[in-house]
Amino acid sequence: MYKIVRKKELNSSVTLMDIEAPFVAKKAKAGQFIIFRVDEMGERVPLTIAGYDREAGTVTIIFQKVGFSTNALGALNEGDYIRDFVGPLGKPTPVEGKKKVCVVGGGVGCAIALPSARGFKEAGAEVTVIVGFRNKDIVILEEEFKEVADHFIMMTDDGSYGRHGLVTQPLQELLEQGEQFDEVLAIGPVPMMKFVCKTTEPFGVHTSVSLNPIMIDGTGMCGGCRVTVGGETKFACVDGPEFDGHKVDFAELMSRNGTYREREAEVNNTHTCRIESMGKALIQ
Amino acid sequence: MANMTLTKTPMPEQDPKVRARNFKEVTLGYTPEMAIEEANRCLGCKNPKCVEGCPVNVRIPEFIKKVQEGDFKAAYEIIASTNALPALSGRVCPQETQCECKCVRGIKGEPVAIGRLERFVADWYLENVNEIPKKVEPNGVKVAVVGSGPAGLTCASDLAKMGYQVTIFEALHTAGGVLVYGIPEFRLPKAIVANEVTKLEAQGVEVMTNMVIGRVLTIDELFEMGYKAVFVGSGAGLPMFMNIPGEALKGVMSANEYLTRTNLMKAYTEEADTPVIQSKAVAVVGGGNVAMDAARCAMRLGAENVYIVYRRGEAEMPARLEEQHHAKEEGIQFKTLCNPVEILGDETGRVCGIKCIRMELGEPDASGRRRPIAIPGSEFVLDVDTVIMSLGTSPNPLIRSTTPGLDTNRKGCLIVDENEMTTREGVFAGGDAVTGAATVILAMGAGKKGAAAIHEFLQK
Ligand SMILES: Cc1cc2nc3c(=O)[nH]c(=O)nc-3n(C[C@H](O)[C@H](O)[C@H](O)COP(=O)(O)OP(=O)(O)OC[C@H]3O[C@@H](n4cnc5c(N)ncnc54)[C@H](O)[C@@H]3O)c2cc1C
Ligand SMILES: Cc1cc2nc3c(=O)[nH]c(=O)nc-3n(C[C@H](O)[C@H](O)[C@H](O)COP(=O)(O)OP(=O)(O)OC[C@H]3O[C@@H](n4cnc5c(N)ncnc54)[C@H](O)[C@@H]3O)c2cc1C
Ligand code: SF4
Ligand code: FES
Repeated sequence: MYKIVRKKELNSSVTLMDIEAPFVAKKAKAGQFIIFRVDEMGERVPLTIAGYDREAGTVTIIFQKVGFSTNALGALNEGDYIRDFVGPLGKPTPVEGKKKVCVVGGGVGCAIALPSARGFKEAGAEVTVIVGFRNKDIVILEEEFKEVADHFIMMTDDGSYGRHGLVTQPLQELLEQGEQFDEVLAIGPVPMMKFVCKTTEPFGVHTSVSLNPIMIDGTGMCGGCRVTVGGETKFACVDGPEFDGHKVDFAELMSRNGTYREREAEVNNTHTCRIESMGKALIQ
Repeated sequence: MANMTLTKTPMPEQDPKVRARNFKEVTLGYTPEMAIEEANRCLGCKNPKCVEGCPVNVRIPEFIKKVQEGDFKAAYEIIASTNALPALSGRVCPQETQCECKCVRGIKGEPVAIGRLERFVADWYLENVNEIPKKVEPNGVKVAVVGSGPAGLTCASDLAKMGYQVTIFEALHTAGGVLVYGIPEFRLPKAIVANEVTKLEAQGVEVMTNMVIGRVLTIDELFEMGYKAVFVGSGAGLPMFMNIPGEALKGVMSANEYLTRTNLMKAYTEEADTPVIQSKAVAVVGGGNVAMDAARCAMRLGAENVYIVYRRGEAEMPARLEEQHHAKEEGIQFKTLCNPVEILGDETGRVCGIKCIRMELGEPDASGRRRPIAIPGSEFVLDVDTVIMSLGTSPNPLIRSTTPGLDTNRKGCLIVDENEMTTREGVFAGGDAVTGAATVILAMGAGKKGAAAIHEFLQK
């Protein structure tokens, strides 16, 4: 069992938690992820490691409540326990040896991008951060990014905060101005990552993306997380989750992520009662 | 008086129509009377060939003699002296190519039902005795076991009996390896595996789940933590695909994924959160035990048509005979001498068919089996909405890629010497991680051998 030692709502649908998991905390690196299971009947759900405290033995996760399992986790409180928490899984972001890096985050993807941005900074790179959100109300981690970024650009889709527009706009401008990035790292919704790759491709800038296919074991055993990169089948949980964005088949990823969509929608409508009963059981 | 009936005493089983829609165990096991009746078919050969056929040389005629006498406890003790997991081997061993194929009664009629008797004895013991082993005086020496399949469980148990302080590191959230994530409940009840784990814990073995070695700790770090030897029983869990067009469509998955969702994640129950695809028609590609298990799960999850698509003939199928037989009884349709060439998808990216080509058998290949050759122009389409790939598995590269000096062969299997020691001093290995996908009994045997070798190594 793994204890929730801190819980903080970052906005109406995004929650931060620190989980006591000393083995994971000791080894975690930027870009890696964990898999949690709320209880015995729970599914295995991957979340990126958003931070860690090696001394306290805690790992930070930041997640958006999008469906059954993330809502079930979000319904728990400080002091509660979850059944399983395994990690660190996947390969870390290769942060070493880069002079100039641009980290692009979209929505909750910013939580995934933050530790990598910090990693690049600590490894001596000059870091530009571009983050994008739908509107002002759901902006997260602004202060944290400002701390690690040499240049910080905030975008909102509706212009309610920062600049009006999509993250690809300032990226395009910077590249056109002749900015020489060794690396662009894009993390967010699949369409956003796809368009970032489209933007950087003509400039020949190496662009990494962090993929989020449906996973189960996270150890390379099921092949459910397979993605096509440069025409080859890769298992995102062990070969990734970061890949060369110019080679990723995004259309395939988007399609495969919808495999269980009907069932997920049904579960979200009918099974809210299980979350409620779990909540009640915890209160008792 | 020997029972000279030519056929095995039948074992009661659930009616095929009923069991094809539930996950309860298919075969129900012998009663004591049936067991004695079957045991009486054994002639007690002076030079028993069956013992040679068994990979761990169970003293078969001796235990069967005890069954004849009705002394089931003594029978159990004889089996347990060489086989740590008889409740499992009795159920899942391919007896027809091991012990039973050597039985002289099989020359004219059916061999003695050694597997069924072994299962009976083990189940009887579990129900009536189930002695929880006592913790022996610890010798203070720590040994790490990676993986909790039959190899790891057996190795840990034998080491604990010698006083070693053993920790099992398991990557998944439940111990048991393929026995819990792969082989379904209707063939191997999970309670049997759980009982083995409980017994281990009673012996003082620490079972740490959620520990992916190579990521959370490396083998080298285990040594730094004070473990004096490491046994790697990490299996062969990496699934293969065919690399044919359409494999990325929604509805195509490995048997490992399908079985893990169904068994480990309990998707067959209403309460489980993990979804499993709801199929009407399923093609399972492959002819091994794994393929049979996937096909039979699909039937139980409500599919109307389930096909086994296998490129060789039925005689070449590697699955246990009993599984093939049970699968057919349950209505699984065998499409042998057929090989998929393409998976077809609809406009939403879901599977809507599988295009296969008919095959004929040519000359024997390196494996000794006749090589399948495609018949040009014989393509046809099976209407299915789900395709499950069951083409075999190989060892996961995670441990070898994070442990310097650990050598593997071309197939990624760990190389060991005659003492089960890998190319790294103090690191031993056994089971599927060494042999590639094999059997429960071989993994069990390797675990036993590994424990003895570790003991000898640590005496020096
Ligand atoms: C490597 C990786 C890192 C991730 N990091 C984060 C993170 O830091 N923060 C965050 O909010 N989200 C992250 N995700 C996404 C997160 O795993 C999904 O949002 C979560 O699984 C949704 O589960 P649910 O039951 O709440 O929703 P559901 O209603 O079940 O599913 C909603 C959508 O989430 C996806 N999904 C469902 N089950 C899984 C699964 N087992 N594995 C992966 N995706 C699934 C599907 O595309 C689905 O359509 C990450 C995913 C991956 C693969
Ligand atoms: C569906 C199916 C049906 C089968 N049917 C039969 C049958 O009827 N008869 C028969 O004899 N055999 C059968 N087999 C084969 C048999 O199950 C295997 O040969 C046997 O389980 C191998 O045992 P093992 O201990 O070597 O490995 P496994 O049982 O594979 O166990 C390995 C364990 O190690 C863990 N692990 C892997 N990597 C790591 C890591 N890095 N760190 C920590 N832990 C790790 C895995 O999670 C797993 O739990 C079947 C296999 C499958 C998949
Ligand atoms: S362990 Fe397997 S091969 Fe050996 S006697 Fe038992 S059933 Fe036969
Ligand atoms: S999640 Fe199963 S192989 Fe990647």
